[in-house]
Amino acid sequence: MKISLSERIFNVIVYTILILVFLIVFFPLMYVVSSSFASAKELAENRFLIIPKKPTLEVYQYIFSTSTFLRSMVVTIGITVVGTVVNLIMTCLMAYPLSRRNLPGRKWIMLAVTFTLVFNGGMIPSYLVVNGLGLIDSYWALIIPGAISSFNLVLVKNFFQEIPESLIDAAQIDGSSEINTLAKIVLPLSKPALATFTMFYAVGHWNQFMQPLLYINDSKKWPIQILLRQIVLMSQSGVGDDDAMPPGFILPVKSLKMACIVVSTMPIIMAYPFMQKYFDKGVMAGSIKG
Amino acid sequence: MNIKKSVQRYKWLYVMLIPGVVYYLVFKFGPMFGLLAAFKDYQPMRGFFGSPWVGMKHFIRFFTGNSFWRILKNTLVISGLNLIFYFPAPILIALLLNEVRVKWFKTAVQSVLYVPHFLSWVVITGISYALLTTDGGVLNNVIADMTGGKTVNFLGSEKWLYPLVVFQNVWKESGWGTIIFMAALAGIDIEMYEAAKLDGANRLQQIMYITLPAIRSTIITMLILRLGKVMETGFDQLLLMQNPMNRNVAEVIDTYVYSMGMKNGQLSFATAVGLFKSVIGLILVLASDRAAKKVGDEGLL
Repeated sequence: MKISLSERIFNVIVYTILILVFLIVFFPLMYVVSSSFASAKELAENRFLIIPKKPTLEVYQYIFSTSTFLRSMVVTIGITVVGTVVNLIMTCLMAYPLSRRNLPGRKWIMLAVTFTLVFNGGMIPSYLVVNGLGLIDSYWALIIPGAISSFNLVLVKNFFQEIPESLIDAAQIDGSSEINTLAKIVLPLSKPALATFTMFYAVGHWNQFMQPLLYINDSKKWPIQILLRQIVLMSQSGVGDDDAMPPGFILPVKSLKMACIVVSTMPIIMAYPFMQKYFDKGVMAGSIKG
Repeated sequence: MNIKKSVQRYKWLYVMLIPGVVYYLVFKFGPMFGLLAAFKDYQPMRGFFGSPWVGMKHFIRFFTGNSFWRILKNTLVISGLNLIFYFPAPILIALLLNEVRVKWFKTAVQSVLYVPHFLSWVVITGISYALLTTDGGVLNNVIADMTGGKTVNFLGSEKWLYPLVVFQNVWKESGWGTIIFMAALAGIDIEMYEAAKLDGANRLQQIMYITLPAIRSTIITMLILRLGKVMETGFDQLLLMQNPMNRNVAEVIDTYVYSMGMKNGQLSFATAVGLFKSVIGLILVLASDRAAKKVGDEGLL
């Protein structure tokens, strides 16, 4: 079929705009990565740097030679892993009974859960609760208060409800206990949904900023986002002890900041290809509303 | 007895509910109870129950204080600008992506556009600083080269804050926001386009008369739900973008609660401000949910 002129113009416009949008998103990302490899000299001389001519790893070596940044990374990895496991257990454990249509009292609990979707105590009262429980400066303050997201709970419950009741009934006639039914029948059938929620919860933990800002005062316990803020926005260096610097070594502050951004985002970027699989799934589309 | 029987029958389901119910009571309803601090003069030494009741004192101070209108204005202006610029962006991008027939191109653009959604606000602010600072930021270097040495102080001036914040939002979320519209677009019957082509409709006409009507209800629902969140301006983003030079326009309700409560130690006053926001937010969400149901969506609740 012949492509008409107007059709061709239309295509050119569509592709041009999309390429433009692509570049607007892509350029800042690439700039961060490439300038982290540039030397201080090159960054100062080159006013519009895209690809460094003489890439160097010196700031990366510096980051990995100081304890502060690494400790913070390890802390955040720990919080993310433990926190996400707690999230999934708590969410599934609560969602399963609520997904059973004939459980008496289920309606009242769902009403209470729904209410928390639209109304919450807010920052200061939450702080008072965490403080009252003696969790300030404890890593649990970053895990327990957010153990269940009401929004995710409702979506997981809805997903569990899609599983045919006959399957569950059959298992129970065969003498399967409730916890066994959840573990052996419901969860395996919910794998794509669980993968999606694992991702949401994990990214949430990794990027968590407000909670550590409120609950962690001890700078030795800072998770990565708080330390990153200190490095990138507040102080000039701040990555670590001056002893770690070899004599005569002038810290290329700008590339150091960019390298810190790269390293702290690395886990998310590495997980990205695995997460991509689930992007078009229905659960994801439903969860964007919130 | 009926109740006894069902408790017996569903015993293990109720046991499974215990951790969740305890969690909700302590960490979701506990803070709601803590909102009573807004009507007290909370003193950490005397504890929650020992602190004296003061009625509406903190609310009166907030509503009559000179920060009230400034903060409310900042919150509403930022929300409003987000609505105007950030809301349509994913729709436009989704419409454009829908016209792309080259599969690898579409996938490549989508993959990159989703990335910023997964970055933290600390990272995004850091990138903004690196690009925009007057001290060697790329954009300012370009501006300086073009104007013979002049630079624009994007980060430390009141007039640039609103555009900057809105642009950051568009940059971070509009790619991710396309997903729900792409899902709606995927449901359109290809035969409708074929039929339109036979009738001589060009691509623009196909968008106007087939594509847009097909996602119309999704757009309306998303718009309504968005209106319910007018009081929500990102705490992380605004706190991180704030500095002494732009605080006048960058202070929104959430960051004000933080600075009054956590920095100045006025916990009761900050709780009152937070309660004001939560109540308005509740009314808006309920209204928007009702509206969404009216146009035929299942709504949020």
